[in-house]
Amino acid sequence: MTQIELRGIEKHFGAVQVIKNLNLAIADNEFIVLLGQSGCGKTTTLRAIAGLETIDEGDILIDGRPVQHIKASHRDIAFVFQSFSLYPHMTVFENIAFPLRAMRGNRTDIEREVQAVAKTLQITHLLAKRPSALSGGDMQRVAIGRALVRRPKAMLMDEPIGALDAKLREEMRAEIKRLHIKQGSTTIYVTHDQVEAMSLADRIVVMHEGVLQQVGTPHEVYARPANMFVAQFVGSPVMNMTEVTVSEDAGHARVLVRGAPTAFDFPSSLTAELTAAGAENGNLTLGVRPEGVLVSREAREGFVPVEAHIIEPLGSHDIIDLQVGAQMLRARTKSGFVPRPGEAVWARINPAQAHFFDSSTGTSFGIRL
Amino acid sequence: MATVVMTSLDSKSRAASRGLSDIKIRNLFIIPTILFLIVFNIFPLIYSLGYSFTDFRASTNAPATFVGLQNYRELLNDPFIWANFAITAKYVIVSVTGQVVVGFGTAMLLNREIPFKGLITTLLLLPMMLSMAVVGLFWKLLYDPSFGIINYALGLGSFEWLANPDMALYAVAITDIWMWSPFVMLLSLAGLSAVPRHLYEAAAIDRAGPFYTFFRITLPLVAPILMIAIIFRTMEAFKTFDLAYILTSQPTTEVISIRLYKMAFQEWQTGRSCALAYIVLIMVLAITNIYVKYLNRVKER
Repeated sequence: MTQIELRGIEKHFGAVQVIKNLNLAIADNEFIVLLGQSGCGKTTTLRAIAGLETIDEGDILIDGRPVQHIKASHRDIAFVFQSFSLYPHMTVFENIAFPLRAMRGNRTDIEREVQAVAKTLQITHLLAKRPSALSGGDMQRVAIGRALVRRPKAMLMDEPIGALDAKLREEMRAEIKRLHIKQGSTTIYVTHDQVEAMSLADRIVVMHEGVLQQVGTPHEVYARPANMFVAQFVGSPVMNMTEVTVSEDAGHARVLVRGAPTAFDFPSSLTAELTAAGAENGNLTLGVRPEGVLVSREAREGFVPVEAHIIEPLGSHDIIDLQVGAQMLRARTKSGFVPRPGEAVWARINPAQAHFFDSSTGTSFGIRL
Repeated sequence: MATVVMTSLDSKSRAASRGLSDIKIRNLFIIPTILFLIVFNIFPLIYSLGYSFTDFRASTNAPATFVGLQNYRELLNDPFIWANFAITAKYVIVSVTGQVVVGFGTAMLLNREIPFKGLITTLLLLPMMLSMAVVGLFWKLLYDPSFGIINYALGLGSFEWLANPDMALYAVAITDIWMWSPFVMLLSLAGLSAVPRHLYEAAAIDRAGPFYTFFRITLPLVAPILMIAIIFRTMEAFKTFDLAYILTSQPTTEVISIRLYKMAFQEWQTGRSCALAYIVLIMVLAITNIYVKYLNRVKER
């Protein structure tokens, strides 16, 4: 049972402020992923929770107890390093046993615990080897084993699989998820890979330049991004963003992409909602994910004629660049739906998947149609 | 490929313009060194091996007669020689232990962010850059019972450091520690700074205390380089001559090389002293070998 709470965390490295007024409450057994680009302060936040980094302002509470002035060794938190940080002069067994031996555990208990953890991670056959003889994936398993063996209050992981190759990353991702479900300890996981974040997290915390952008379940973060940064950072391919003007015409809202000849058709409620949210033309950005752009091979009601440009066949689906005025709109279609570039097709934006942002602040107006 | 590299010279180089080939240049550089080594090291080494089986005395014209292993037998049965070896062993242990403790300790203190770190390190290295004879001479002054600064600073009155038979060997060892701790410090510092910081972080996360971290992380990782320092210092201490000879002439400080010197150049027992020199050589080799075996085991990781 471990809750972690961050209250008003501030951290400076010299003149650079790397964490700005960070507040976050993490529930027991929750799998939290800190997601952001490199240098956004996510690793610093993690290290601060572990006690490897001091903070300038604010409180870190573990189970309601402030720990910001307590040394790392007294916080009872396990940490999995990106570089694995295995002890090179010890065998795998000694590495995993280290945290128990450091606490002067009973010899037979240690033996039993290490064997149990090794069995869970399927590394029993490696126990006598040294880290230098292991592959990247096995090293990571050992590092996780070393963290698991002492049943810590919380597990912190700093890009634990970032150094592995793509296939292994996928395997380890599944393994980490399986372990978390089995062991059920509060976990904070740092990554810059949004796929990892989406697949692992109970809740994702998106950070940018030291500021928390959004906290939510993977679905919330994906479907209702709080601002343009989150919208573009989460999801692949990235969300289309384009400045638009909205007008009303014959009971329909018309959303015109800058420089485009024809406007997209939206339900009439859009204009009222935008007005209510305080949005103005000239300061309005439309965001729509590629799957929210509907493509038709023939002219249909509400569809706008566009020209297909680059087609990326990805096997399960195609990503197509559509020229709308001076803008490119990426759409996701069934594979082979548009046979070749240069084809004239018709497109429509699914209002249910459209997002409207304030162009200057980047904040979402939160409009759902 | 290799021969091409060896024999061809950049045709535009100055050496080539003077008509020097690669082989010639190679010989020019290597032959004097080889000659020097042969004349001053290898030849005496082999020659003295021959003498060690004779009763040759360099002070007389009497021809050397072959006596077989008699010199070795007598030396190894001589309790006085063994007493010299015992003194030497005591000296080596005290001196090397002192150097490792002081040197490694200083390195630990220096292995952090402190102002003027470079300057402090350089200043601490000064003792080992001095000449042994100079160090011996001024430590003799420092130890002086009537005006020496050591007695003054420690308030020991007129304590006899060098004339006291029980103290003299330690006094020599202290001087040696003062002079050579920086060497151990330098190597330890290199070893310590090579221990990655993230291992200390991992140890902190694993709730290891400072002592546990030191003995389980720091020491094992610095061990190989520390071992090299110890090998060098043991070899040096084993054959210590200058410091002990200059500082004092107590029988209790008669380390093996002083005995050897006396035997060879005061008693003129040339053949026998050659045998003793070989015994010392074999001992040093044996001790070094033990260390190297251990070092290799450490390095296998």
